[in-house]
Amino acid sequence: MAESYPEDLKYHPEHDWARIEGDEATFGITWYAQDALGEVVFYDPPEVGATVSKDQAYTEVESVKAVSDVFAPLSGEITAVNDKLSDSPELINSDPYGDGWLVRVKLSDTDELESLLDVGAYKDLLSS
Amino acid sequence: MPVQYQGVRAEHVNVRAKAGMFDVSHMGEVRTSGPQAEELLQRLLSNDVSKLADDGAQYSVLCNEEGGVLDDLFTYRLADGAFLTVTNAANHERDHEWMAGHAGDFDATVENVAARYAMLAVQGPVARGAVECIADGVLPKRMRTATIPVAGEDTLVCGTGYTGEDGVELLMPPAHAPAVWDALLAQGVKPAGLGARDTLRLEACFHLYGNDLSLDRNPIEAGLGWICKLDTGFIGSQALQGVEPEQTLVPFVFTGPGIPRQGNLVNTPAGGGEVTSGTLSPCLETGAGLAYVPKGAAEPGTEIEVDVRGKPRAAVISERPLYPPKKKES
Repeated sequence: MAESYPEDLKYHPEHDWARIEGDEATFGITWYAQDALGEVVFYDPPEVGATVSKDQAYTEVESVKAVSDVFAPLSGEITAVNDKLSDSPELINSDPYGDGWLVRVKLSDTDELESLLDVGAYKDLLSS
Repeated sequence: MPVQYQGVRAEHVNVRAKAGMFDVSHMGEVRTSGPQAEELLQRLLSNDVSKLADDGAQYSVLCNEEGGVLDDLFTYRLADGAFLTVTNAANHERDHEWMAGHAGDFDATVENVAARYAMLAVQGPVARGAVECIADGVLPKRMRTATIPVAGEDTLVCGTGYTGEDGVELLMPPAHAPAVWDALLAQGVKPAGLGARDTLRLEACFHLYGNDLSLDRNPIEAGLGWICKLDTGFIGSQALQGVEPEQTLVPFVFTGPGIPRQGNLVNTPAGGGEVTSGTLSPCLETGAGLAYVPKGAAEPGTEIEVDVRGKPRAAVISERPLYPPKKKES
């Protein structure tokens, strides 16, 4: 897919996105992150029920060449993981904001939302 | 040389199915000439240089006195009687200093000629056909060399490679390399990067210096005893006499999920070991790598466990090569 950054998402400077729905959110990595990583060939989802902490690595994505940590844009508890990625990790490249989502999280502190970037600020970060 | 052009897997598969080219001009070259050039190289290189045929190619390691590996290299005996040794880029300066530093007792000249050569590796089942189309002459057979015009200028063509596929490596003046590259592109040969070079060599179970070879490992435990002719008296041969290493380098494949990486620890029925190269094998579509394991666990079929950042992953010791290319007589 072509480079894009949806307007309705919140962004973390480590190139992660969060789609907020009330006190829950879906996380994934941005177009920029998947492009920098190259073809994702392996993804082992974290456990449902695991706790994630804002700015901390909570899972890994692997290309042929390298392993990359994925950072949590917000804190909370994982309520669902994208099982499809075990068999089709390339969805992270082909549809990073859709079928390539990583986890769904019940947020523990919605005040953290204020620290995330909107699309304009994230694009500024990419071009700086 | 970039890590990738189109993607590691696509480039890898293209080399296995058709032909790819790698710009490996970063590799170094050392020229050894003079009446005692062969004697000097016999002292330095682990293989029997006297067996290196005219226009031949030979694989060897360069060892220190302790038998640690300084580098692994290909040496070509050129038509003018001189030798050209191709070094790994990261080791080139050290290799050249080592070789020149031991030349004093010999009537031989050791020159760093890295700046004189660009190097393109053209590899794959149809690689030779593509090079033939732009060459004026007969390509050398495997492990032989020939100097013939390629894209209009004299080029050293070597029947060698690092992928497990048929193909050649081309050494030419740097100014001529763009013309050769463009001519090969026009023949349908696709660029391949460092990523595919690594996955291809790993499937073929070729060593990578810095991963599978180092000063801390000797060539016997690395499985390179076959290129160590101890009776030639090369530097390091005394230290290697009678060496019975506790570990040996073996290929393995994962039987479940995960990708092994350099430095992962290994559990075997005979004790611990360590992964020195690991990747996702594009052809086997599973995690695969090379590891030093206790000799008692080196038999193909032995089940082992690799600790991938805290997760135990199931694996099995394999035969080499991990991926057998189709045999084609050249």
